[in-house]
Amino acid sequence: MTKYILKRIFYLFLTLFIIASLTFFLMKLLPGTPFSNQNRMSPDQLKIVKAQYGLDQSVFVQYVRYMGGLLQGNLGTSFQFNNEPVTALIGQRLAPSMQIGAQAMVVGTVFGILLGAVAAIRKNTWADTLATFVSILGLSIPSFVLAVLLQFYLAYKWRIFPVALWDNFQSSILPTIALAALPLGTVARFMRTEMVDVMSSDYIELAKAKGNSSWKVVTKHALRNSLIPVVTIIGPMAVSVMTGSMVVENIFSIPGIGEQFVKSITTNDYPTIMGLTIFYSFLLIIVYLIVDILYGLIDPRIRLGNGGKE
Amino acid sequence: MEQIPQTPKEKFKLVHDENNAEQEKISTPALTYMQDVRRRLFKNKVAVVCLTLISIIVLISIFAPIIAPHNPNAQNVTMSNLPPKLGNLNIPGMNGYQNMGGKMVDAYKQAGAPKGTSFILGTDYLGRDLLSRIIYGTRLSLIVAVLATLVDLLIGVPYGIVSGWKGGKTDTFMQRIVEIVSSVPNLIVVILMMIVLKPGLTSIVIAIAITGWVTMARLVRAQTFQLKEQEYILAARTLGESSTKIATKHLIPNLSSTIIIQTMFTIPNAIFFEAFLSFIGIGIPAPNASLGTLLSDGQKAFRFLPYQMWAPAIILSIIMIATNLLGDGLRDAFDPQSSEH
Amino acid sequence: MDKILEVKDLHVDFDTYNGVVHAIRGVNFHLNAGETLAIVGESGSGKSITVRSILQLLASNATISKGEILYHGDDLLQKNAKEMDNLRGNKISMIFQDPMTSLDPTMTIGKQVAEPLLIHNNVSKKDALKRAEEVLRLVGIPNPAARMNDYPHQFSGGQRQRIVIAIAIVDYPEILIADEPTTALDVTVQAQIIDLLRELQQKIGTSIIFITHDLGVVAGIADRVAVMYAGRFVEYGSVDDIFFNPQHPYTWGLLDSMPTLDTNEDARLNSIPGTPPNLLDPPAGDAFAPRNAYAMQIDEEQQPPFFQVSKHHFAATWLLHPDAPKVTPPAGILNRYEKFKKLGGNAK
Repeated sequence: MTKYILKRIFYLFLTLFIIASLTFFLMKLLPGTPFSNQNRMSPDQLKIVKAQYGLDQSVFVQYVRYMGGLLQGNLGTSFQFNNEPVTALIGQRLAPSMQIGAQAMVVGTVFGILLGAVAAIRKNTWADTLATFVSILGLSIPSFVLAVLLQFYLAYKWRIFPVALWDNFQSSILPTIALAALPLGTVARFMRTEMVDVMSSDYIELAKAKGNSSWKVVTKHALRNSLIPVVTIIGPMAVSVMTGSMVVENIFSIPGIGEQFVKSITTNDYPTIMGLTIFYSFLLIIVYLIVDILYGLIDPRIRLGNGGKE
Repeated sequence: MEQIPQTPKEKFKLVHDENNAEQEKISTPALTYMQDVRRRLFKNKVAVVCLTLISIIVLISIFAPIIAPHNPNAQNVTMSNLPPKLGNLNIPGMNGYQNMGGKMVDAYKQAGAPKGTSFILGTDYLGRDLLSRIIYGTRLSLIVAVLATLVDLLIGVPYGIVSGWKGGKTDTFMQRIVEIVSSVPNLIVVILMMIVLKPGLTSIVIAIAITGWVTMARLVRAQTFQLKEQEYILAARTLGESSTKIATKHLIPNLSSTIIIQTMFTIPNAIFFEAFLSFIGIGIPAPNASLGTLLSDGQKAFRFLPYQMWAPAIILSIIMIATNLLGDGLRDAFDPQSSEH
Repeated sequence: MDKILEVKDLHVDFDTYNGVVHAIRGVNFHLNAGETLAIVGESGSGKSITVRSILQLLASNATISKGEILYHGDDLLQKNAKEMDNLRGNKISMIFQDPMTSLDPTMTIGKQVAEPLLIHNNVSKKDALKRAEEVLRLVGIPNPAARMNDYPHQFSGGQRQRIVIAIAIVDYPEILIADEPTTALDVTVQAQIIDLLRELQQKIGTSIIFITHDLGVVAGIADRVAVMYAGRFVEYGSVDDIFFNPQHPYTWGLLDSMPTLDTNEDARLNSIPGTPPNLLDPPAGDAFAPRNAYAMQIDEEQQPPFFQVSKHHFAATWLLHPDAPKVTPPAGILNRYEKFKKLGGNAK
């Protein structure tokens, strides 16, 4: 297990290195600079500014500098926002994003598991149909459509929640719901498939043959066995929540990283785009790593050596 | 013991020759695998409804130039933001009336539209016919989805087959690449690509395909790996069939279910990405409509003119739901065990 | 002898995609205290469904459409879910075919073996685990104390089947249903498991219903044998009756397709031609008729009743009808008749 984790951490850094390099060179491919449309600058001024950002050096020197900076945790400096370091931007904006992201993951997973389990246990009944319908809706309606609808009806028209802005827990509810829909749908579907599979397995039959009541069969044997694989989709779910957060934060004017990312895209703030890209990748790779380790820890077949021995 | 029934003696005659029993009567008609799949699919009501919906949407998109009542990009500022109106039928919400300061006013009359003018889904802020824009927008979104899926197939399937078939070092190497590509969040790659490339159809397709093929490659590889060990493939290899022939004759047909099902999940994914990119403003450039740009435009006016967002939102959701459900239906049809047990 | 279980006119239907499959079409049998009854038949003949009906562990699309299952005279089909739970794993327990998949992969085997005790008896967890350990020793798991906290994947197939057996007997069941317990195992391990079951039966005195498609296994364990085909019993009697005085052509076919010590090295084993009937639309007459070289016209029209061969031996074939022509069974069966005479039986 330790060897496996070390190997994974090595790959984590390798992947990050590749991502950082790719991002860097992609950005260098871009025609022009963010200053090219600022006509007010004279060529001399432009030179000074370029030197200030190190843009007058050769691409290779810039690359080495950038990577060196990364090693020290420096993600570069924004072209906008008074030359603020990207890390500082992230620092200021991390909390709201993390809060709604985490809330959405928890809400989506918990309700998804419940929905999926109910659907599996009541397979081919109206409860199953309803649960499947809800999860398909969650999967199919893009979070930004949902966000706009929620905002309009629940906040603007019926005034149950604040329309936008970020001050208290109340203001996090609508964005959380908008973001949770997709993970909820994903988990519910996955859970249903897993649990239907588990419920038809021989060991569930044996659990019934032991005299367990249907409730006990589910709680003692079926749930645990179907939950283990659900852990594996936490990673992809984190991706979808992150994707959603970019627009959802925008719609609800939440001062988070997603909103920042979209803003830097529209303002051609390349250092911020690069910095955030690397940061996002880092975050997700860490999530994947944690999920893998977690999976190994809770599944005895992996924890105690591979597969079955004959 | 049971009573022995009275039976005429002549019934007790051997009907078969003792050494030669006539056999092998199969009482249910034998169906080929694909026939069986089709039968199961068409028995699934949800899948049939979805298939019909998708077919209708696809047909409308193909014949958009004939069906669309107006030029989707023709602006007419005098006719801007007109509410939906369906001919002269006086259906509330579809009669061209609009709430203005608490009073229902005929917006068409106010805009000075010639008599008989009606826009079924209304017009947008530039006076463009929303219905035509939605028809063309759907067409564009579907084109993106189909192209992205095609690229997906062209890269993902051969990659997966080669990786799975060759095995060993080639496989390890190819899987490393897959691992690295898939550990970068695809959205970020897509966004980076969109920034580097010029916004437009080709860029979106490239951006989506560049990450999309990984899932396909993975699934195909896993399946190929399994198939490789099957007896009939071993037999074909032992008989000296060439790898290409084995791939086209034995592998592809057996991979088809995996590929078709995955395709059904790639399509909504591509549609989502297009909408997402256009929504944040780096997708399809103006003035062309796609579902994403329509949603983005609609969102800006949503508070006052909700119909401008509802229509594209509903179409997008229908396409997403229908493709997802059809994907489910196909999976059940290809692999009945996945649903029945 | 005491009949502890009696199954009367059992019918089980499966609602499938293609229509209703009449999987069990009127099965009657009983089980005496302390005996082992083997039910033999090819795959799909309905052996498993028959015994699963007893515990009501059928798939959700199955219905027991007719019949009675009397346990000490009480009809199990009238019991509610709770009453059935109380019987399962306690009075009647079951061993499944595939030990590789029968154990919960995420639960330690100690807990799995102790589970029936905790469900049915008012015992402490500690006592249950202690008893589980004893039973694991009894079924031949080496060093059970150390292995209680291991997970199923850490055991071999044979050991896992021993664990499954431990689960089945931990609460001293009256009836043990073994559904092809040796099919998934190596031949050497098969013999060990059969020995273990016999030994356990002597120690705890349960009755066993043993399902198999392998007649070879039957001789080693059963007192009585029932042969099943297409959802019905076709012949039943003592082991000697079935092995040395078989009357139903299907039994002949089964026996003839089994190698014996006398089988010549270069002799080919016979097989039964054809396939079992489609039970979506069961035949009116003897279901075996289309594959039966000795079929008569009546076989195709009318279900044969059970004819009594000897006191405990019955066979459902029209060949035993007084009007039936005399037929010569295959040579292998005639050899068996010879042996039966030597055993002192009264072969036909």
